[in-house]
Amino acid sequence: MEIFIKMVALMGVIGLVFGVLLAFANKKFAIEMNPLIHTIEEILPKGQCGACGFPGCQAYAEAVVLDKDVAPDLCIPGKAEVARKVAELTGKQADVVESRVAKVRCSQPAGKSKLKYDYSGIKDCLAASLLQQGPKACKYGCIGLGTCERHCPFDAIKLNEDGLPIVDEKKCTGCGKCEEVCPNHVMAMIPIGAHVENICSSHDPGAVKRKYCAQPCIGCGICKKACPHGAIEIANGLAVIDKHICMEKCDDPVCVDKCPTKSLQLLREEVRNKS
Amino acid sequence: MTEYLVLFVSAAIVNNYVLTRFLGLCIFFGVSKSLDASIGMGMAVTAVITVSSALAWLVYYLFLLPYQLTSLTIVIFVLLVASFVQLLEMVIKKYMPNLHKMWGIYLLLIATNCIALGVPLINVESGFNFLEALVNSFGSGVGFALAIILMASLREKLKLADVPKSLEGLGVAFILAGMLALSFCGFSGMISL
Repeated sequence: MEIFIKMVALMGVIGLVFGVLLAFANKKFAIEMNPLIHTIEEILPKGQCGACGFPGCQAYAEAVVLDKDVAPDLCIPGKAEVARKVAELTGKQADVVESRVAKVRCSQPAGKSKLKYDYSGIKDCLAASLLQQGPKACKYGCIGLGTCERHCPFDAIKLNEDGLPIVDEKKCTGCGKCEEVCPNHVMAMIPIGAHVENICSSHDPGAVKRKYCAQPCIGCGICKKACPHGAIEIANGLAVIDKHICMEKCDDPVCVDKCPTKSLQLLREEVRNKS
Repeated sequence: MTEYLVLFVSAAIVNNYVLTRFLGLCIFFGVSKSLDASIGMGMAVTAVITVSSALAWLVYYLFLLPYQLTSLTIVIFVLLVASFVQLLEMVIKKYMPNLHKMWGIYLLLIATNCIALGVPLINVESGFNFLEALVNSFGSGVGFALAIILMASLREKLKLADVPKSLEGLGVAFILAGMLALSFCGFSGMISL
């Protein structure tokens, strides 16, 4: 019986001491934190992608509340919706954020294209690109070892069975991580709703490209002549499309029909139906 | 002096708590994915174990042993370690915000970890005096840090390797831990306490 009382007493005393100590410490060491920071952190998408330039969502939430020079529209994955809310909460002015989506600018999966050499090293594009810019005959094309897939914070990129990345446009937030990490800059960020994109990013001369690729942009300029709005320029052997002009003016994508190599890709079928 | 050095080396390497006694395995696998995190975790564990086992030693010899309450040792130690970690977290958050950013989440993970409970228990079971207990716990913390940093470095390399599909992730990590433990077995018998 005596031991039982001792047990209860000791447990009680230790529990009490620590309870009081913790309660006291909680008051004494309390940190005043602006509740707004937490509210804003909740609004942010929490991909921790760093597209805003801060290390993680919490750091950005802190900066945008405490520093009045930090703009409220830096969160690219959050799109206009989040920018508007953050601006409202912090009392800042938000510019319009353009929503972007990642696009793979290569049509030839690594598993099915001509190779310069057999690569059996580390399964990573960055490592493979150190050897003559990758094993593919086209040194500008997709290496297909999935570096973009691994770096996507939103799980939006999957390699298909031939090793070409497929972007899930529903999941892609346009943070631009894949664009940053791709050694051959095959990944490009284009505005959501863009009509047409050139799915070749090789700067080799047209005749050379034809030897190793089934669907290259040979820089012939037919699309440039066909486009009535002047949205296409030929630069470094590639057709470069100004998507904003397209989205504003175009209702008949003739460039896609005229392209002799099918290197221009129509992204929105409904554009054609409009006319 | 040599005695303490031997005790330290024994706790850190020869009788490494993770790799030869298999304590603290959940954080050992959970936090060893990146080197940065594992360094922070190693430091946090070392600090917590050292201070909390000193506290536990005092409570054991001042209260538990004189009043014949040793049957309560485990319960009391759990209470002590968990509350102490809470307290430490608050103090660090207030006075060392940078350190808190580095340790923050790990500290609370340690609160209920078996290594933080196991080391104070082994201290009192082996009948160490206060200084010996302190050296032993610090050594075991360093041993944990060593093990988790080794493991994290290996796992970072492993990310680039071509691992069979069925073993990806934790599967191959377990095999790796087994090999590490085997290699630490090479030290066994060097020091017997």
